[in-house]
Amino acid sequence: MQKILELKDLKKYYPILGGVLRREVNTVKAVDGIDLDIYRGECLGVVGESGCGKTTAGKTIVRLHDPTKGKIYYYGKDSGRGGRVDIGSTKKSALKKLGIRGRLQMVFQDPTTSLNPRMLAKHIIGEPIKVQKRIGGKELEERVISLLEKVGMTRDHLLRYPHEFSGGQRQRIAVARAIATDPEFIVLDEPTSALDVSVQSQILNLLKLLQETLGLTYLFITHNLLVVKYISDRTAVMYLGKIVEIGGTEDLFCNPVHPYTYALLSGIPVPDVDFVKRRIVLSGDVPSPVDPPSGCRFHTRCSFVEAMCRDEEPRLVEIEKSHRVACHRRYEIDRLMKDRFGQK
Amino acid sequence: MATLLETVDLVTDFYTYEGVVKALNKISLVVDHGATFGLVGESGCGKSVTARSIMRIVQEPGRIERGKVIVYLDEKNRQAGVDLLQQSEAYMQAFRGDCISMIFQEPNAALNPIMSIGDQVCESFLFHQKREMCAKILEDLCAPECRTFYPLRKLQRAIYRMAVHAPDTLVLKILDRIPLMKLWQKRFKKEAKRRSIEIVGKLGIPNPRQIVEQYPHNLSGGMKQRIVIAMALACSPMLLIADEATSNLDVTIQAQILELLRQLRKEVISSILLITHDLGVVAETCDRVGVMYAGNLCEVADVKDLFSKPLHPYTKALLDAVPKFSMEGTLKSIEGNVPNLVTPPPGCRFHPRCPHAMGICRMEPPILTEVRNNHLTACHLIKSGKT
Repeated sequence: MQKILELKDLKKYYPILGGVLRREVNTVKAVDGIDLDIYRGECLGVVGESGCGKTTAGKTIVRLHDPTKGKIYYYGKDSGRGGRVDIGSTKKSALKKLGIRGRLQMVFQDPTTSLNPRMLAKHIIGEPIKVQKRIGGKELEERVISLLEKVGMTRDHLLRYPHEFSGGQRQRIAVARAIATDPEFIVLDEPTSALDVSVQSQILNLLKLLQETLGLTYLFITHNLLVVKYISDRTAVMYLGKIVEIGGTEDLFCNPVHPYTYALLSGIPVPDVDFVKRRIVLSGDVPSPVDPPSGCRFHTRCSFVEAMCRDEEPRLVEIEKSHRVACHRRYEIDRLMKDRFGQK
Repeated sequence: MATLLETVDLVTDFYTYEGVVKALNKISLVVDHGATFGLVGESGCGKSVTARSIMRIVQEPGRIERGKVIVYLDEKNRQAGVDLLQQSEAYMQAFRGDCISMIFQEPNAALNPIMSIGDQVCESFLFHQKREMCAKILEDLCAPECRTFYPLRKLQRAIYRMAVHAPDTLVLKILDRIPLMKLWQKRFKKEAKRRSIEIVGKLGIPNPRQIVEQYPHNLSGGMKQRIVIAMALACSPMLLIADEATSNLDVTIQAQILELLRQLRKEVISSILLITHDLGVVAETCDRVGVMYAGNLCEVADVKDLFSKPLHPYTKALLDAVPKFSMEGTLKSIEGNVPNLVTPPPGCRFHPRCPHAMGICRMEPPILTEVRNNHLTACHLIKSGKT
């Protein structure tokens, strides 16, 4: 498989200013060193609780934020081996000149706030085309209409303002805007969390269809695990700015290894009455990312802590093919779970 | 099981500029003693309005038009039902929070940012349990080990005796205005604070004594939700209405809160009316479920029945639209959008989106009828026996 993006030790710290001179007194470690390869044509799901750095990671990848440290390599379609560009350190004007801006797009969480209320639908969708491709007039309108049709809307919707649409239609417009510049990679930041169940399934199916027809690569950020299960090929679980487990979705959901993944999976309310499961209820909250715990970041809430977990930070280690986990007790976890909860 | 709450043909309208929004269209539901009733539906289907109509806190421009909300506080005496819609506002004030209380949607919006947690939890004690608390303080004052200065003790005893017998007398109101004299409330407030620390501690919050002094912004989302629950549970109500109590929380925190609610139902409160859009939450916590669509109740059944044998086409479609744990193939979705309730579709409100719509569906609204044992549904298709 061909890589499209490669993240190397990506870090994003937000400064906390304090004192009379507004100096930097501390930092919020939103993303604290993630290594990730994203392959062309896949859908990578990123899950985690709020405040774990999912959105920050997504925004840093498309360079809405500048990374504090680390590299984001982009491998273009036409550029062969070695033709990679570091998105993190290239100048923004250079990024635009290389045409990378248009290739990486993003769909935001809440369609009511991400669409400008004073712009018509046709201007919202047409804006990125105008900026990137420099076309206008009739041609632009034709393109906007074809985009609208791609996302299941009609030309009647061209001359309306965002408030005239329902939530689902608004999100469709946001998706149309994202695919306007023929991107290769789209960051979907909780695209369905503001929507209702019946509309959510419409949008998910639309996204799947678009991925097939346009050959897109997705980074799907969400906190809803069932949605990730449905849409993504691989899944990464984040906790406090770090990836704790990554693997094929099927594999991860059937054989989770990290205790946090276990807890997340067992926490999902399943719409099925006959489904019996072992529920692990984690105590406490996510610690503050300003001052993350030493050693393994999950040790304050983990049921299987050892002395080692408190002192040494676990690395992301491959335990099976393309299934990597950051846990000291990764080989014992199956036995520990059985001891605690009985057989599966 | 004995009925605790019953709504009969409840109709609530909102008079907006665009016209009359018919938010509730003859809702009739029954919540039993000791049961958890779940109300599910998409946003804008009238779940929250139902809860607010029961509590009689529908905001302007809304108005409860017709119907009854009957509460049977006594489990045995079926005649002693109280129709809340006929009662005075003063009665309702004493009733809310004491017999029925509510957890609001968003903990950030439900808590007052400029009052400390302790003061907010105290409020319901100060309002509803004035008499019980005064009686307790009086008992303490009369006890031989009381160490207050004797003449002062005598005065306090007299005041508290008055408060126990008639908490609303003019004398007490005047006393509250006189500078030094109003200090009689000090003991009373102290007692309320003690009780609030107790209830906050009961909900599994570590070191309640410190938390009570803090303000909402000091706490995390899950903690705030616990505080809101503590406020609702302060006077151990008969019925707790949880309006999207877990919607804005993370999965792990949601699991904590649901566990807490389940535990509380065993120990403290008798019934819960759980309002949610998450079918998973319903499947895990409720005994009985009502499915709402566009202001109508379209199906009411026991949880097991509803998830295994749903009857109404909307319920079926809703269940198919949720991603499941073990699932193959593509998700089915419901075409179209929720109708505008200013001009709801005639007949069955679901017919424009229903795959099985017939001629009669466009003309006549279906009535909620019992199809199977304890399984009610409002659909012409079921009634005509074409399932």
